[in-house]
Amino acid sequence: MVPASASLHCHDTRSLTGTEAKMAEQVKLIGSSNSPFVHRAAVALRLKGVPYEFIREDMSNKSELLLKHNPVHKKVPVLLHGDRAVCESLVIVEYVDEAFDGGPPLLPADPYDRATARFWAHFLEEKCLKSLWPALWTEGEVQEAAMKEARENLALVEEQLREKRFFGGDSIGLADIAGAGLLGHWVGVLEEVAGVRVLSDKEHPALRRWAAEYLANEAVKECLPDRDQLLSHFSAIRDKCVSVAKSMLPK
Amino acid sequence: MAGEKKGLVLLDYWVSPFGQRCRIGLAEKGLEYEYSEQELLGDRSELLLRSNPVHKAVPVLLHDGRPVCESLLILHYLDEAFPNSPPLLPADPYARAQARFWAAYSDKVYEVGTRLWKLRGEEQARARDDMVEVLGNLDGELGDKAFFAGEAFGFVDLAVAPFTPWLPSYGRYGGFSVEREWPRLAAWARRCAGRESVAKSLQPPEKVDEYINVLKKHCGIND
Repeated sequence: MVPASASLHCHDTRSLTGTEAKMAEQVKLIGSSNSPFVHRAAVALRLKGVPYEFIREDMSNKSELLLKHNPVHKKVPVLLHGDRAVCESLVIVEYVDEAFDGGPPLLPADPYDRATARFWAHFLEEKCLKSLWPALWTEGEVQEAAMKEARENLALVEEQLREKRFFGGDSIGLADIAGAGLLGHWVGVLEEVAGVRVLSDKEHPALRRWAAEYLANEAVKECLPDRDQLLSHFSAIRDKCVSVAKSMLPK
Repeated sequence: MAGEKKGLVLLDYWVSPFGQRCRIGLAEKGLEYEYSEQELLGDRSELLLRSNPVHKAVPVLLHDGRPVCESLLILHYLDEAFPNSPPLLPADPYARAQARFWAAYSDKVYEVGTRLWKLRGEEQARARDDMVEVLGNLDGELGDKAFFAGEAFGFVDLAVAPFTPWLPSYGRYGGFSVEREWPRLAAWARRCAGRESVAKSLQPPEKVDEYINVLKKHCGIND
């Protein structure tokens, strides 16, 4: 049974009271249950205390709603605020930070610190993730080269986290939202499905510590998909992971 | 910071569209800065390697010696560090989200364009299809408006304009004409080119095409 306090965020709005339903109607998050990108958007909404309705998308059979609101990428997450659609997870996180009062700021106040936070958020998104994928799913020499790059990128993140609790300081911010769920929760599952190890306690103690702190946060826990569910999902789409990895290789 | 150079320095490369975004932004905001041309085909300078150890790329903005990397982040930084100068981003959160989405999307023009001049055969054909999709999406977003956000030159125009001198070359490699396929986008490009900050920052298409030939030789491509 879903507890009453969590009902605003549950998949089914029929259990909400009239007022709660009205508030929840205003903000909707279109997403799938297994996506680390959807998780980012959900975490941001929860950290800022924004009630929302989760619209579960079947990515193998995309809805009119998704295609209408994200015609360019046709991907999740998509945030609907009234009739305005915001696409791309990190754009959504910054939007949620700017559009809603309440909850802690997801970016620091100082312009230079904000630039640094954005830099690492983008690094985690662009370089880190994009090097991890081929490192996990390719083979032989190609994999060796991809793994080398992935480990170099992870070493940079590890170095950053040695002195910090979170990228943003004491509380979870944009860069943490960009990477901690992925590196702390999803990567473990992907490593198991791929049969490849990328992260280790020995080489990445700061990263492990950071991810653990992130995963211990209440707002994060509320929108983290179950590990077994992810295992089952990624096992089923293993072939697709491999073909995506191949398409990501430099030409 | 003791001993650090005061003020703004832009580590840049003459033909870099990402560097040009920053030059346009600095001009739009009326900010004084020192332009520092970097060596990219040869050895990178100590200063560049120290300022951007992660990517070793331009542009890098140094503000009182502290580096800010990546063109779109630099533009955000300029708005936030110099709030008394004309803003590059709109004020409304939704308008900002739209601006961020399309500015980031426009990076694809350069990414796909590079595949277009570098690759051959099936891979080049795929790059061509991707470019047609990207330019089609940009054209669709622009619509019949003068600029991406409406009447006035804004963040997305600033982000996309530096790619316009590359389009004639991309058109040659991809076998398409921007003028013919996306006349609204072509007209928009001319409109932007008439703006002083843009005109001063961009290279003419002939120079860009020459540069692509230099890059091809550098990559060992001989056709």
